[in-house]
Amino acid sequence: MSRLPVRKTYKLFIGGAFPRSESGRTLELEGYNVARASRKDAREAVVAARKAFAGWSGATAYNRGQVLYRLAETMETRVAAFAAACSGRREVARAIDRVVWYAGWADKLAQVLGSANPVAGPYFNFTLPEPTGVVAIVAPAEPALDGLVARLAPAVVGGNAVVVVASDAHPLAAIELAEAVATSDVPAGVVNVLTGLRPELAPVLAAHMDVNAIDVTGADGDVAALEALAAENVKRVVRAREDRSPWEIAAFMELKTVWHPIGR
Amino acid sequence: MGAVEKPRDALPVTAGWEYASSLEGREIVSFEERYGLFIGGDHVTPRSRSWFTTVSPSTEEPLAEVAQAGPRDVALAVEAAQEAFERWSTWRPAERAKVLFRIARVLQERARELAVAESLDGGKPIKESRDVDLPLAAAHFFYYAGWADKLEYAFPGRRPRPLGVAAQIVPWNFPLLMLAWKIAPALACGNTVVLKPAETTPLTALLFADVCRQAEVPPGVVNIVTGDGSTGAHLVRADGIAKVAFTGSTEVGKAIQRELAGRDIPLTLELGGKAANIVFDDCALDQAVEGIVNGIYFNQGHVCCAGSRLLVQESIHDQLVRKLKRRMATLRVGDPLDKNTDVGAINSKAQLDRITELVQSGTDEGAELYQPPCRLPEKGWWFAPTVFTNVAQSHRIAQEEIFGPVLSVLTFRTPDEAVEKANNTMYGLSAGVWTEKGSRILWMADRLRSGVVWGNTFNRFDPASPFGGYKESGFGREGGRHGLEAYLRFE
Repeated sequence: MSRLPVRKTYKLFIGGAFPRSESGRTLELEGYNVARASRKDAREAVVAARKAFAGWSGATAYNRGQVLYRLAETMETRVAAFAAACSGRREVARAIDRVVWYAGWADKLAQVLGSANPVAGPYFNFTLPEPTGVVAIVAPAEPALDGLVARLAPAVVGGNAVVVVASDAHPLAAIELAEAVATSDVPAGVVNVLTGLRPELAPVLAAHMDVNAIDVTGADGDVAALEALAAENVKRVVRAREDRSPWEIAAFMELKTVWHPIGR
Repeated sequence: MGAVEKPRDALPVTAGWEYASSLEGREIVSFEERYGLFIGGDHVTPRSRSWFTTVSPSTEEPLAEVAQAGPRDVALAVEAAQEAFERWSTWRPAERAKVLFRIARVLQERARELAVAESLDGGKPIKESRDVDLPLAAAHFFYYAGWADKLEYAFPGRRPRPLGVAAQIVPWNFPLLMLAWKIAPALACGNTVVLKPAETTPLTALLFADVCRQAEVPPGVVNIVTGDGSTGAHLVRADGIAKVAFTGSTEVGKAIQRELAGRDIPLTLELGGKAANIVFDDCALDQAVEGIVNGIYFNQGHVCCAGSRLLVQESIHDQLVRKLKRRMATLRVGDPLDKNTDVGAINSKAQLDRITELVQSGTDEGAELYQPPCRLPEKGWWFAPTVFTNVAQSHRIAQEEIFGPVLSVLTFRTPDEAVEKANNTMYGLSAGVWTEKGSRILWMADRLRSGVVWGNTFNRFDPASPFGGYKESGFGREGGRHGLEAYLRFE
């Protein structure tokens, strides 16, 4: 008799742990009973992200770069699992290379996006990029893995903490990615993943007063409604503009300008 | 204690002095009786057939009648700007630059006239409109003029292109300067604009139309539609706009963001603030007092980045408040056209009512009010420089933007507590830190969640320095290389 494979239970990823939905609900998606996150799960994820933000944004850029590179390493060891959850090995390779590419940006961002400003007076004046805070990402449905990585990596490398609403067409890739994140050195809460129904979850995050930005790249027809909700606390609304670019990172960053007098 | 402190509490000797007035002549400005809209290079009668009067807040005298643009007028302005965009966006960038340089020069040449107009229409002291608003407005055009033919160097790896017609709405606190912040980068990037000045301060924008004539700005590149909030709403809803830039209240900013939801029109918002000005016990105290006064009483406190929450380290609270009160007693409140005036008129009756209501809430909630003795003119709208002590974080005067000459004093013990309190607001526009310890300045600057941090200074502005908020103070930056991005798309 052939051996029965041990099947995985796909759960949420919140604050570094893999809980089931507090609601006890699941959805049968891609052949698995995937957790159907509730509004409360979404709020818990925001709390976890906010808690993680200070440490992650306060880490040195060099450290963040190394941690993200470590994520690429842990992804590389899971190629087979990822390939099964997306279009295949080529997509996995693209996603991993993308993580490496963004990892390298961590300690170059301030030099490319920042500036020393020649003001007309005896002041030293400089501008630096800083992460905006907690970012909600509505993951694109396609490509299942690389589409998510393309939005997640630029948000995280700059020091933000994210809450991902996984695509309801392809949630498995998102949870596989969460498992790679959990076994890399990404601190708990920096990446949180919710599976379930996008129309249920995305508006909760769009309206949440402790979310600073929302990426609507994967929101399809819901963009207008999400943007209207986002206005309640002047969230930054982000859409993918380029395939990979430091400006994709910049979209999740604030700019801070500091003045100080020069004198004897 | 009381007996010792009494002489130090006494008002400075200058507080009782009478000063001879030193009036800036107003003959240099002549306003038309009535202004149409500036559309396609012409002054046109509004289709709305509707007008309103703009008055001087310091005397309540009517200055001119101004058109109230309706939806049809706004549509015509956008059409004129669209038509002009076809040509303007194909101008050689170096030639576009020269138009902006010319505007900068004309602003310098007509600086006195425009400064007087600004003080008449808006109520700000002439020394501020003369020494801050006008020089900075001209500098802004000069700065962005130089970018016009260098855009490809601003964004490595990207190909910048203009957006089209920029809809721009500016507030009443720095009417001409905010116009410059909006129009200069927009034009430098090859866009055309429809600008709506604030209802209470339309005149310098209308004089700017004449600056455009002198600088030979092509017709339709700059269009100016005057009116109240409804005109702004029409502009945001207009077909054919490719960009919205708004400076004003957080409430209206949110409404605009909602209005644009789903339209994929780039938006920049520069909204309200409730800046913490944080004073440590090792600071240069007299310099800090000057910075505090400049931070909150500059432009009557009608400043979105005003240092309206003073966070003082507990050990120096009494000493600092004593010095501050003495300094406040020397502030001269009165005629904006008097060159000695430090604090001018409140911009409008509506704003005066709002300030009065919030100040009343401060007293009602138990904070302690101090105003130096000062005689306010009988006509016009005025509010004496005010400081509240014994303020709790929960008080409205510690949370809400007052947008007037009203300072709320709170205390802290440790740097961590200062950061916690400073960031405890929905806003994030600016912050100030006063300490002689360099490492602490940088440590604080790192942790304050605001777009601008002034270390041992406050309320400094420069065209090369990006300005804009975190959180509900808005998004996007104005000024510097970063200010270009709001007016470009990338191929």
